[in-house]
Formats: sequence, structure tokens, C-alpha cells
Amino acid sequence: MAPLKIEVSGLGYAVGGVEILKSVDAGMQGGEITAVVGPSGAGKSTLLRAINRLIEPSSGEVYLDGRPTSALDPLELRRRVGMVFQIPAVFGDSVEETVLYGVRLSGKNADPGRLLEMVGLDASLAGRDPQSLSVGQQQRVTMARTLALEPEALLLDEPTSALDEAARRRIEELVGDLNARLGLTMVFVSHDLVQVERVADRVIVLAEGRSVGAWDKEDFFSGAGERARQFIAGRL
Amino acid sequence: MADLQTLGPALLTLGLVAVAVVLSLYEKLDLEKDIGVAVVRSFLQLAAIGYVINFIFGLKNIGAVVLLLAGMVLFAAWTSARRAGDVPRAFLVAAVAVGAAAVATLGLLLTLRIVPATARYLIPLGGMVIGNSMNAASLTMTRIRDDVAEQRPKVEAALALGATSRQAVAPILRTALQRALIPLIDATKTTGLIFLPGAMVGMIIAGADPLEAVRLQIVVLYMLLGSVSIAAILVGTLSYRAFFTPRHQLRRAPPSTE
Repeated sequence: MAPLKIEVSGLGYAVGGVEILKSVDAGMQGGEITAVVGPSGAGKSTLLRAINRLIEPSSGEVYLDGRPTSALDPLELRRRVGMVFQIPAVFGDSVEETVLYGVRLSGKNADPGRLLEMVGLDASLAGRDPQSLSVGQQQRVTMARTLALEPEALLLDEPTSALDEAARRRIEELVGDLNARLGLTMVFVSHDLVQVERVADRVIVLAEGRSVGAWDKEDFFSGAGERARQFIAGRL
Repeated sequence: MADLQTLGPALLTLGLVAVAVVLSLYEKLDLEKDIGVAVVRSFLQLAAIGYVINFIFGLKNIGAVVLLLAGMVLFAAWTSARRAGDVPRAFLVAAVAVGAAAVATLGLLLTLRIVPATARYLIPLGGMVIGNSMNAASLTMTRIRDDVAEQRPKVEAALALGATSRQAVAPILRTALQRALIPLIDATKTTGLIFLPGAMVGMIIAGADPLEAVRLQIVVLYMLLGSVSIAAILVGTLSYRAFFTPRHQLRRAPPSTE
């Protein structure tokens, strides 16, 4: 199966009279890691939530391989486009229960040990209370939980911002590794340009609810993206 | 009818309230105003309902009984909805739940001919069912509201894994219903051992045969257990929907709207 292509067109989202997204156009190529960067309040997390319809956009559309997501069953959509949050929310009495939560909802089963190994955790953790793990380990557990659904794309909402430097680097390596091994299309929100340079293939810049531009990583971090980088650096 | 003038001696129990007020003043508990309001309101409300019930007894008309009970359900729903501010459609949810609990339990008692269809039975029993269901409805709604706000990240994570709104909110519903029902279940378990229920105490003092009082008390207990469970479960299953869209999305923006 060819990697999933995500396109965002004229996307807007308003809540309580506040326009968080005004108009966002963006394309995420299949199998690539696209970083979404921008000052805080730019609408980065909101954009991710609109892609898998955890929120309903007030205007515009998101397309998966050219098909509008408004026409898809939202539950099916979320299984195909998984999401990892900034702060890992683990639930269940054991790591195994956490990892298998989504799979069991759709009446299937999976091998928790294999999933844990996939995210670089020891399979023997399966019986542990997830609350007893470090935040970095918990974040891996939530990634395993999402991967258990065999998604075609992964949305990562600042997945390392709650972690220390060592754990952050390991998650970055894991993201690159999963992307290479599984051909997953990934959208990675980050406020850390150094991290973006390590992780991303392409960079999309948002500001005040609008898309400002998109660059290949090489262009963004060389002359072409300099103004955008300075703009972000001045606003972080 | 013994009219309210015979209440004179009963009002001497206000002396006990005075003790409470003095204590509150002495300890600076700031409760004296609340106690005063409670004393005056309860007196006026009980006196009023006494006259209303007396009037309805005189009418000997089952329609009037039904009307009074319906009024009580609406007042209960209003009280419950005020308690659960922020819960969308709280009044409607509480009215349906409390109303259904009242209809189901009183209907069963009447159908099985456990009590006769007279005002003397229906108004007091209905009042108990409605009052207790109202408390359960308030507790359930406020608990769900608070937990959905507090556990937003977990609910959203579950939705992101393809859970329906119902599946994502299931742990919250479970806790809310347990919290609402456990006090009554525990009271039912320990009844007769730790405390004697009010209705039974009243009947025994009024000179009824203790075994007859027990018979009625058992009816009351089971009726309350049934009606409160019905009310809480209905409130739970109806009110959680208000926090989600039909497309399984949490309503309102997450607090950290990036």
C-alpha cells in the first residue's frame, strides 16, 4: 500500500467566537515526516486535531489520498490516522491493557510484547502498572498503543516536550526509525527548530492560524527559510 | 384536621436550633444565616405542603395527586439543573430521569397492589422517590461534568484510538454512578442496625404496630433503591452526550489551545 498523503485546504476552526485556525493550506507527502512549527498560539495542535477530526473544522477540508475526511466515519479515520499527545495519558491497570486498549475496542487482539519492542521497551514491562513508568516510557507506551491499530499516518503533538533531553533524543530516533521501517506518513508538531532539523523531511510554518509557507528541510535550514526561521525564533 | 396551632409545643425544639446558632457564633462557623434560612424555609414549605396535601385529600381526585407529583418532579428537575450548572440540557435530563423513576416505582407499587391508589400513600411515597432521585441526579451530573473537565486528556486519547463517546466516557460514568448510589446502598445495608429510618420512626411514634411499620419501611427502602438507581443511570446515559458531538468529539476547545 502506498503511503498516505494528507492535504489540508482552506482549513478554519473557531470556538466561542475565537478563530484559532483562519485559513491553513498544507500538504503532507506520503511516507515523509512533516514538521509543523510556529509561535505558540499559531494553531499547531488545533491543526493536528482537525486532521483526525477530534475537532470539527468550521471551514475548509482535509483530504486523505484525495478523499475528503468529512465523508469518512470519524472512528475509522482516527484508527487510520493515529495521534500521540504532548502529555501521555495512560489508562488501564497494566501496560498490556493500555497498549491493547484501541485494538480491543475494535474486537481484535495483538501481541503486546511485540508492540513494546517496536517502541524500544522491554516486553517484560507488559505486566507493570503504567503509572509506575517514567514519563518517557509512558510516551512510548502511548506510541505502542497507537501503532497497535496499524495506522497509515501518525500525528505527533510535541511528543517530547514533557521529557528530559535523553528521553527526547530516544523518541526522536524512534520516530525516524518507525518512519523508515513502516513507511508511515508523520506530522510532527514542535517548537524546537534544532529538533526539527534532526527529525523532519519538510517544514510547514504556521502563524496566527494561517499557513505561512512550506519548505524542504534543506531549503528551510539554508538561505531560503532564513526569514521564516528568524520570525519563529523571535516569537518563541 | 389538627391545625397548625397544635404545633406550639413542637416549636420548642427550636431551642435546639438556638444551641446550634450559639455554637456557630461562638466558633465563628458563619453558619447562623444558613441555619436561619433553613429553619424558616422548612417551616413555611412544610406548612404549605401540609395544607396542599390536606386539600388534595379532601378532593378525593387522583388527577389532583398526579398533578401535584408532576409539579414536584419539575421542581426537583429545576433544583438539580441549578446544582449542575454548565451541564447542557440539565433540566430536561433531570426531569426525564426523576419523572421516569417516579412513574416506574409508583406504577409498580400500584400495579402489584402493594399500596392503594390514594393520596394518603401516593403523595408521601412519591415525595420520597422524587427527592432521593433528585439528589442522585444532581450528584451524577456534577460528577460527570467535573470528571470530563479534569480527565479531558484521557477522554481525548481514547477518542483518538477510535473509541466512541460512550466508550471514552465509560470509566467516568462508572465512578459517577458508584458515587451516586453507594450512600443509599450502604444505608440500605445497615438499616435497622445503625439507624431507624424516618418513616418507621414516625409510624411507631404515631402508635402503629412496629411490624406494620417494618412492612411499610421495607416497601420504602426497595422503592428508593430502585428509583434512585433508575434516576442515576438515566441521568448518566443522557447527560454524558451533552459533552460530545455526534461525531464523537469533545465539545469546547481544550484548555491549552495551541
